[in-house]
Amino acid sequence: MNSSKTLRNYLLVAPQTLVFVLFLVLPIIAIAIVSFWNFNGFAMSPGFTLNNYLGIFSSRVYLSTYLNTFKFAFLVWLFCLLISYPVAYFLSFHVKSPKWQTILFLICTVPFLTSNIIRMISWIPFLGREGLINQALMGLGITKQPVEIFLFSDFSVILAMVHLYCLFMVAPIFNSMMRIDRSLVTAAEDLGSSPFQIQKEIILPLSASGIAIGSIFVVTLVMGEFATMRIMSGGKSSSVGYLIKNQLDSLQYPLAAANAVVLLIITLIIVFAILRVVDIRKEL
Amino acid sequence: MAKISRRKLLKTGLAAGGTAIAAASCSNRGPTVITNQIKDVTLRLIGTGAAQINDIRVQAEKDLGFKIQMRALSTAENIQIAITQPKQYDIFDGEYFALPLVAPSGNLQAIDIRKIKEFNKITPIFTTGELYPGARVNTSQGTAPRKVMFLKGKDSTEFASEPTDWATMIPFQYNADTLGYRPDLVGKKIQSWADLFDPQFKGKTSLLDIPSIGIMDAAMVMEATGQMKFGDKGNMTREELDKVTNLLIEQKQAGQFRAFWKTFDESVNLMSSGEVVLQSMWSPAVTAVRARGIPCVYAPLKEGYRGWGGGLGLSKNLSGIKLDAAYEYLNWMLDGWVGGFLSRQGYYSAAPENARKFMKPEEWDFWYEGKPAAIDIIDPFGKKIESKGAVRDGGSFTERMGNVVCWNSFMQQQVYLVYKWTEFIVA
Repeated sequence: MNSSKTLRNYLLVAPQTLVFVLFLVLPIIAIAIVSFWNFNGFAMSPGFTLNNYLGIFSSRVYLSTYLNTFKFAFLVWLFCLLISYPVAYFLSFHVKSPKWQTILFLICTVPFLTSNIIRMISWIPFLGREGLINQALMGLGITKQPVEIFLFSDFSVILAMVHLYCLFMVAPIFNSMMRIDRSLVTAAEDLGSSPFQIQKEIILPLSASGIAIGSIFVVTLVMGEFATMRIMSGGKSSSVGYLIKNQLDSLQYPLAAANAVVLLIITLIIVFAILRVVDIRKEL
Repeated sequence: MAKISRRKLLKTGLAAGGTAIAAASCSNRGPTVITNQIKDVTLRLIGTGAAQINDIRVQAEKDLGFKIQMRALSTAENIQIAITQPKQYDIFDGEYFALPLVAPSGNLQAIDIRKIKEFNKITPIFTTGELYPGARVNTSQGTAPRKVMFLKGKDSTEFASEPTDWATMIPFQYNADTLGYRPDLVGKKIQSWADLFDPQFKGKTSLLDIPSIGIMDAAMVMEATGQMKFGDKGNMTREELDKVTNLLIEQKQAGQFRAFWKTFDESVNLMSSGEVVLQSMWSPAVTAVRARGIPCVYAPLKEGYRGWGGGLGLSKNLSGIKLDAAYEYLNWMLDGWVGGFLSRQGYYSAAPENARKFMKPEEWDFWYEGKPAAIDIIDPFGKKIESKGAVRDGGSFTERMGNVVCWNSFMQQQVYLVYKWTEFIVA
C-alpha cells in the first residue's frame, strides 16, 4: 500500500521533472560548458579556458553594464513596491465587498490582456517629442519646448518596466494581506495604536512573504531584460541581457555564455538573499 | 550516376560541364519520370526579409515547377543558421559581408559559374570590381563583393583575388546606403556625412545600432569631419576602433543622438514622428516614410555611399536532382523577373539588362537612368510611391553605385568591435 503510494507520487512528479531536466537543467549545463570553451574571435572550439570570465571581471565596460543593470533592477523594484503596497492595501482592507475586490483586481490585470511588447511600445507615441504629453503641456502653456527627457531616457525605461512588472508585485502582496486576521487590526485599534503603528507592527510583517515573492518576480524579470531596455532607451542604454544578445548576434557564443552564467549566479544570490530575510514557506 | 543525365533534361538545359564522365551509363530513364521528379523537389531558403517575399516564391514556383520554402530571418539569425545548422537550408540568401564567417564553415559548396547561363550579364561590381574607369567603387574599402565572390577551387573555402570558375554566391540585389533626412525640418541641403555631428541637429540625429554597420557610418562621418583617417574603414585596427569609440562617446554625452535604431520600422517611426531629422537609413525605409506623405530625402553625399550586396549560396548538402533544381533557381533569379520586381523597390538587379526586359521603359529611366519619372512610379505591390516628374535621389545607377566608397564589412577585430560598441552604448 505504502510503496504503491510512493510510486504514484513519483509518477505524478515525473512529467514536470522531465520537462525541467530537459528544457531547463540540461540547457543551463550546456551554457555553463560552452562558457569555458576557447574562442578565437571567429569560431569556438571545445576546451577549458577562464579567459571568457576574466574578460568580464577585468573590463570597465562590462562592469558598468552590470552596474547599470543593478541600478535599473533596484529602481524598478523600489517603484513597484511603493506603488503595489498601497494598491494591495487598498484592495484588501478598504474594499469591503469580496465582489468588488475581485472586480478591482481584475481591472488591475486588464493591461495584461495585450502582449508585453505592445504595452511597452504604446508608451512611445505618448511620450515622444510630438507625443500626447508634450502636446498637452505645450497646449496648456506650461512649456514652450517639448520636454525631451520623457522618451529615450532612463525615465522612460523605468516607467515602462514599472508598468510592465507592477502587477507581479501587487498580486502576491494582495494575496498575503488577504490572509491577515482582521481581528489583529481591531485589537490594535482598541489598544490605541496609531495607523502607522498598525502598518509597522502588523500589516508589514505579515505581508512580508508577499513582498518577498513579488520582489523575486520583479528583480529576476528586470535582471534579464533586454527588449524594454533597448526600445525605451532608444538604444542609448544597455543591460547585461542586451549585451548577451549583441554577443549572440555576433556569434560570440562563449562570451555570451560566460555573461549568462555570471548573470544567473548574481540573480540567484539576490533571490537567496531575499529568501534569507523572509522565510516564505513559514509564512505561506 | 543517373543524376547527371537528368540534369541535361531540365527545361533550362543546363550546360554540360563535367557530365561527359557519366553520360554513357544512364540512358535508361524516360523524360516523363524526370519532369515528375523535379516537381517533387522542395528547396528550402533562408534569408533576410528583403527578398523573402511571397510574390517571388509564387512566381518562381510557377516558372520552375518545383516548390520553394522561404524563411525570413534577421541578419544575425541568418548567419547563425548558415554556420551552425547546415541541414536546415538548401539555399542561403545572405549578404556578402557574411561570407568571411560562413565560407570557412564549409557549409556552402562552390558554385560552378559555367552552369550559370547569364553569368556574363552580372554587373562587374561583383566580378572584376571595375564598374567603369575611374569609378570610386573600383577601389572601395571593406568587404567588397569582388573580394569574396570567388573561391580558389571547387573544394576550397579560401577566397580567390581574381575571378575563377567557382563562385561563393550568385548576386541578385544590392544598393548604396546613405543618410536620410527630413527636408522640412532640417532647413538646408545635407551634402556631407559630417552633418550628422552638426551641433545644429543636437538631439535629433540617429545611428544604426548594428555594431558592424553602425561603426562604418560613424567612420564615414569622422572622415568627413576630418577627425580621423582610416587605412581601411572596413577593417579597422584596434587603435582606430578606440578612437572612433571615444569620438562617438563624446558626441553621445554631448546629446547629439536622439536614439539608435536596430530594425527597419524603428527608423521609419523615428523619422516620421519627427523625433529624428537626420539619420542613417535604408532605401526602402525612406520610401516608407514618403508613403506616409512625409517628405524624406535619401541624400547623395559628396564623400560617397556605403554599399551592400546580397546573393544566393548553395548548401554543401545539395546533390542530385535537388542540386539541379537549385541551379535552375539561381538561373531564374538572374533571368530578369526578380530583377524587375526588386528594382521597383529601389534595389538594383545583379543583371540589370535582364531586369530591364521586365520593366517599362519609363520605370527603367527612373530607377536606373536617374531621369524624371515620365509616369507615376508604382512599387511591386501596386502602391504609388512617386509622382510623375520625380527624380530618384542620387540620380542614376552609375552615379549611385559608382560612388560607393566602402561596403558592409566583416572586420578581423570583430570581437573588439562589438566590445567597443557596447562601451559606446553603455556610456
